Parts: sequence; C-alpha cells; structure tokens
Amino acid sequence: MASEYTTSEYIKHHLTNATMCSTDNGIAFNKACSDAGFWAWHVDTLAWSIGLGLLFLIVFRSVASKATTGVPGKMQAFVELVVEFVDDNVKSTFHGKSALIAPLALTIFVWVLLMNLMDLVPVDLIPWVSGLIGQAAFGMDPHDVYNKAVPTTDLNLTFALASGVFILILFYSIKMKGIGGFAKELTMQPFGHPIFIPVNFILETVTLLARPLSLALRLFGNLYASELIFILIATIGYFQLPLHFMWAVFHILVLPLQAFIFMMLTIVYLSLACEEH
Amino acid sequence: MLYIAVALLIGLGALGTAIGFGLLGGKFLESAARQPELAPQLQVKMFIVAGLIDAIAMIGVGIALYLLFAVGA
Repeated sequence: MASEYTTSEYIKHHLTNATMCSTDNGIAFNKACSDAGFWAWHVDTLAWSIGLGLLFLIVFRSVASKATTGVPGKMQAFVELVVEFVDDNVKSTFHGKSALIAPLALTIFVWVLLMNLMDLVPVDLIPWVSGLIGQAAFGMDPHDVYNKAVPTTDLNLTFALASGVFILILFYSIKMKGIGGFAKELTMQPFGHPIFIPVNFILETVTLLARPLSLALRLFGNLYASELIFILIATIGYFQLPLHFMWAVFHILVLPLQAFIFMMLTIVYLSLACEEH
Repeated sequence: MLYIAVALLIGLGALGTAIGFGLLGGKFLESAARQPELAPQLQVKMFIVAGLIDAIAMIGVGIALYLLFAVGA
C-alpha cells in the first residue's frame, strides 16, 4: 500500500474505474466525467475484458488449427480437457439439439474464468504501473490514474453478460414454443384457469426477470467482495503476505466455481427455454 | 447506524448461508455414502446449488461493503 493514502482513499482509488466520455471540448477522462451519466465508458473494463476475450480466442484457435491425432502437446491436452469438461456438462444438462449451446457455454466459462483470474494479480501492481505510465507519458498525478483490472467487479460487465443470456432465453423461448406458446407459458402457469391470468403473469414475469438479475449480481457480488477483501488485507502492513496467500488459495476454488456456475445456469436456463410442454 | 446496517447485512447473510450449506453438505455426504457411484453427478449438482445459496449472501456482502466504503466514506 502506498503510504501517502489514507485507508479509505486507497480503497476508493483501487475500486474506481477509468472512465472516458466525450464533452464539448472533445474526449475527457475520469473526474471530468463524473456527471456524464449514461455515456461514460469504463475503458479499463472494456480493454481488459476484450483483451482477455481475444487471448481466449487466439489461444484456442491456434491450438485447434494445430491439433494432431498423434501425441498431443501440453497445450492441446489442456484445451481438450477444458472443451471436454464443458461438453460433458452441456450433454448431461441440455437435452435438446442446438449447435449454439456448447460453444456459448465454452466461451462463457473460459472468458469469465480468465476475467475472474485477474483477481489473483497483486492488487497494487496494475494501478501502480498505470500510475507510473500516466505520470511519465501524460504528466498526470498518479492518484488520478485509475485502473481496475478485474472486469467482473464492474456491474456493467456482469449485467452485459447476463443480458446477452437473457436475450438468448427470450429468443429460444419464442423460437421453440412460438409467440403463442411463450405467452401461454407466462400467463397459464402455475394456475391453469383464465381467472388467474394476472397473478400468473406477475409470478412468471418475476421468475423470468430474476434469472439475468441473479446471474449478474451473483458474479458481481462475489468478485467485488473478494477484490475488496484483497485490498483491505493490503492495508494492514507487513502481515498481509500470509493473509494474502490464504485468501488467494481460497480463491483458486471460488473463481473457477463462479465461472462454472455462470456457465451451468446459462445452460439450465436455455434448456428450460427450449423445453416443449 | 451504517455500521449496524453493515453488520446485519453480513451477519444475517452468513447465518442463512451457513444453515443452507450445512444442510446441503450433510445431505450430499449422506447420499454419497449410500450411493458412492452417484457421487460425481451429485457433486456437480451440489456445486450448482452451492452457487445459488452463495448468491444472496454474497450480494448482501457486496452491498454492505459498498455502503461502508463508498457511501460511508
């Protein structure tokens, strides 16, 4: 922890996104964007998430194009392990036929996992490096340079992922059951009588909307809390190292688990959407 | 007032999750002991449910810590 901060300033600094917005005088950053409202871009979230997505695509693509049926290399064995793991889970959970669901599940799993793993990078490293770069290249005060490296601690990103899943749920519901079938599912369950249509509609709408909401908030809540505790540990001085180690070891379980849950729930929701009644 | 709210959010969330995890883990061990060949399948399902149990408490912790450091500071 840099000593010139107070604890709450330090925590606040590490949990602020680098924002970008366009004002009347051209593009502005960070503090100038505090009243930009909707059109403030979190450039660090965007850059890290797109970068990690590209990393996933490039690595998996290069392994796929170089794959051999002979003795596989270590990288190929690893990629095959991941693909098979996701494929097994899709097969055991999703009973319909779809060419989209397995690649979708693989993308979600690996991408969310990569973004979660940014949590294990030491909390000071990335803000410190970007502070130095900001100071040297743009002459900024390093306290005003923000870089929050874990994209999944940004509510915007988790909600974007969950909205993508939600749109797919709606799309598959309508495609498989037709608009009439989907409307019927929303209004004639759980009580199958016309009198109960308003009650059913309220119940089913809440169920439907709770899915993306809980997907997004679960991922965000877990990652935000864990990142915050890493930062809190970093404020206590020299005894932070064993504590950091213990918390990081615990997160070797938690981070893949969150990615796995996001993937599994996506598959389950889509399989529910594709079910014929 | 803020500290009490944060303590309640984290504490009650932890209480509920603890009971849930106790039931879940206990049942999982019980059924794995009865049917060891089903254990891998049950484990996958257990982790899904674990994630569901985890969610509300973790959202609570997230909101509590946000209140403490962003609103309170």
